[in-house]
Amino acid sequence: MIEIKNVNKVFYQGDRAINALSDINLTIQQGSISGVIGSSGAGKSTLIRCVNLLERPTSGEVIVDGVDLTTLSEQELTLTRRKIGMIFQHFNLLSSRTVFNNIALPLELAGIAKEKIKSKVEDLLELVGLVDKRDVYPANLSGGQKQRVAIARALASDPKVLLCDEATSALDPATTISILELLQKINKELNLTILLITHEMAVVKGICEEVAIIGNGKLVENGKVGDIFAHPKTDLAREFIRSTLDLSIPVDYQTRLQAQRVENSYPLIRLEFTGASVDTPVISHVAREFNIDISILSSNMDYVGGVKFGLMLAEFIGSEVAAEKAIAYLKEQKIELEVLGYVV
Amino acid sequence: MSFNAVITWWVENPRLIDLLVNSLWETIVMVFTSGFIGFVVGIPLGVLLHLSKKNGLLENTALNKVLGVVVNIGRSIPFIILLVALIPVTRFIVGSSIGTAAAIVPLTIGAIPFIARLVEGALLEVPAGLVEAAQAMGAKPIQIINKVLLPEALPGIINAITITLVTLVGYSAMAGTVGGGGLGDVGIRYGYQRFDGTVMMITIVILVVLVQLIQSVGDHLVKRVDHR
Repeated sequence: MIEIKNVNKVFYQGDRAINALSDINLTIQQGSISGVIGSSGAGKSTLIRCVNLLERPTSGEVIVDGVDLTTLSEQELTLTRRKIGMIFQHFNLLSSRTVFNNIALPLELAGIAKEKIKSKVEDLLELVGLVDKRDVYPANLSGGQKQRVAIARALASDPKVLLCDEATSALDPATTISILELLQKINKELNLTILLITHEMAVVKGICEEVAIIGNGKLVENGKVGDIFAHPKTDLAREFIRSTLDLSIPVDYQTRLQAQRVENSYPLIRLEFTGASVDTPVISHVAREFNIDISILSSNMDYVGGVKFGLMLAEFIGSEVAAEKAIAYLKEQKIELEVLGYVV
Repeated sequence: MSFNAVITWWVENPRLIDLLVNSLWETIVMVFTSGFIGFVVGIPLGVLLHLSKKNGLLENTALNKVLGVVVNIGRSIPFIILLVALIPVTRFIVGSSIGTAAAIVPLTIGAIPFIARLVEGALLEVPAGLVEAAQAMGAKPIQIINKVLLPEALPGIINAITITLVTLVGYSAMAGTVGGGGLGDVGIRYGYQRFDGTVMMITIVILVVLVQLIQSVGDHLVKRVDHR
């Protein structure tokens, strides 16, 4: 549905050339939800803006539904864009129009008859669950409601593709979930291809089938979300996965943490389970086998694409020898672990 | 007491009353006619200034520079000098350089660059994201102007109209110097040159009321259309 071929984008800051995108190749299947993730400044926003040519690539092809957009004239491009919906981080609703009239805008632009606009907009209000907000101005809506209006507006011209530019980044976690559910619903009901960019791995994990990771304007890794979570090949991918499982040491533990093992102290260990880890109940096994008590401080395990992965902070309470043996055994099971220190 | 004095003055000076009513009408005609023509030319000029800017919707740096210079020249000439300098032009357009109709020419020409800059400023307040969203949904440039930029900038534009009309009330007083008539003219001729303090006061009061009226109507309209 979307094919990005050898796309480069160079910005000039005075005489200095900045490669915002270098040689990006990406294919997005019809009917899928795909994500592009990257830190701020990685070029992901530039990339999605290249898909509807809000940003014209310096070189390369952008093929949407079989048409290479870079070869179109300005007028042809304008008409083609009507089949590519887009939503934004800051919603970009017209403050001078009510919810109804905001959603009607793309239809007005296309010169659709008033009666038809009315029925179409009312259907869309139903779809996004905002029937009661029909005549309200955007200023009186919450962020989540605004994004729903923006989604309805983007869907008004029956697009084949929906581009989401950080669509949930300005929303709180609960609202983010409800917007993601809405996106998933329209993906299924309308068989709409969705490409979203985000800096939150949680969003990708929530709804994407495929993910591309970009860093420094380069496509670092891409594939099925499950595969990436199970076998991240690059440090950047690992970093993003870890960011979904942020575990930090509680402050009172931090003050009690020693660098060396002393009398009556026990190691505090961070265990990282990845797709490569052996899929057996290792924790209880270690406790039994090596006669140590394991006190789990915090743990964040998840299951994506048939793989268990996650992070755990645990104290290994037992003799020094037993702890050493347990650590060696866990390493054999391909669990990455790090002794953070010794808790007095 | 002062109320009685006003009544007495009112009854005793029917000729002056006539003069004041006429000149109020002249002021209104001058301000609103030049204002209206000024908006018809100035608003599109402001839109063009905004669009032709670097990274604007219809980027054209050369055009933008030329328009900018022309507008700045118009804005930098003191109105009283413009009034006199334009006499040949006025004579060519109206056929005379004296009278209310003649005063409308320099008032309009003075107002156009003023309005253009104010409208440009109002358009600048429209978030760039809205234009981008409209582009993404396949809006043609003319649709972006009519359906996004102008409606979104409407509160600012109404504000610009209010400011312009108030400024024109002030400018119209100077139009008296070329025989344009109006309240300002009465104030100067009767109040200043004939030392008639009462007439001066009355013209000032009428002008203040007129300006207040324009401002309140403007503010009210802004409130009605502003949903930000």
